[in-house]
Amino acid sequence: MTTSIESPRAARTVRRGGVNWEKWGWIYMRVSGVALVVLIFGHLFVNLMIGDGVKALDFAFVGGKLSNPFWQVWDTLMLWLALIHGANGMRTITNDYAHNRLVGVVVKGAILAATVVLIILGTLVVYTFDPCPAGAPTDLLPTFCTGG
Amino acid sequence: MASDVVEKSGPRAHEAVPTFTVTMIVRRFDPEVDEEPRWVDYDLQMHGTDRVLDALHKIKWEIDGSLAFRRSCAHGVCGSDAMRINGRNRLACKTLLKDLDVSQPIYVEALKGLPLEKDLIVDMEPFFDSFREVQPFLMASTKPKDGKERLQSPEQRARFDDTTKCILCAACTSSCPVFWTDGQYFGPAAIVNAHRFIFDSRDEGSQVRMDILNDQEGVWRCRTTFNCTDACPRGIQVTQAIAEVKQAIMRGKP
Repeated sequence: MTTSIESPRAARTVRRGGVNWEKWGWIYMRVSGVALVVLIFGHLFVNLMIGDGVKALDFAFVGGKLSNPFWQVWDTLMLWLALIHGANGMRTITNDYAHNRLVGVVVKGAILAATVVLIILGTLVVYTFDPCPAGAPTDLLPTFCTGG
Repeated sequence: MASDVVEKSGPRAHEAVPTFTVTMIVRRFDPEVDEEPRWVDYDLQMHGTDRVLDALHKIKWEIDGSLAFRRSCAHGVCGSDAMRINGRNRLACKTLLKDLDVSQPIYVEALKGLPLEKDLIVDMEPFFDSFREVQPFLMASTKPKDGKERLQSPEQRARFDDTTKCILCAACTSSCPVFWTDGQYFGPAAIVNAHRFIFDSRDEGSQVRMDILNDQEGVWRCRTTFNCTDACPRGIQVTQAIAEVKQAIMRGKP
């Protein structure tokens, strides 16, 4: 003879509908973290190791990279992923340690503002950067400016 | 000459266990007297076979009877005597003095992150509250097949074997830096005990428990610090269990 006991009607938290930001935030951290390992180390390798290494870094080098669509996409990805990754990390720390609600709101607002400003500025630079400003000494410019 | 003979023929003299002096520095707190906890040191003559719990007994029985700490079985099963020994959460009854550096003082204090009541005793209620919240009991509404027991293959049993070992000593939860911050996080022990039922093939309440742990204070607050795995006196792979619950929640099924 067996009996089945009804599930006790214990109080439980029910997930209200909508997006579960904590879950997606966590997944975002994992995915962007892996992507950033490739992007950042690739960036460091190309800038610091290949060719003349760190000595090659000047206006012409950066200008040349930012007029190449491949590096534009690379840098944009790095910018967005890293800033949102960092901001989400800061948000998590704020949630942990800001016990006062007002302090938490202010700090998280500041993090959000800084992130948005930096992302907009950075994206603008990546896509509107002029590698050949008029009137600049030609020896500082990328070779393609002078019609080489 | 005669005594020599007697000694040799008699029962072999018990080999003396070497003794050494050890300084125990215990964080004492008497809520009726002290405003703040204070460190008190005790010099003890101990044996190589003694544990931290034996040292505490020696203090309580021979030096200061007012020292308060919990212990029941004294053999690492009841989970009563978890405390912070030299900055790490350990069971006093499973930590041999000789495994610590006895040339240095040994610091013993109550678990962190839970309200201190007296000396080495903390209020365990917040810890048990989150344990209760994950509903750590078998939920099965259907009648077992043939009216007999619910069968399970050895593989199905092995799936959650590790997390059945938990003795609810709170060493893991009170070693977790996320739990220290505001005490709202469920904590490793509650997730371990949820894991024990989420992955039990006989249980039907997995979805309920996963919903509970999918909360803002649930598994997503885990930072994989591994403090819990290091603290567990039963050797449960706590951080791995939490990661498995995260995976299950992402899949939507165990």
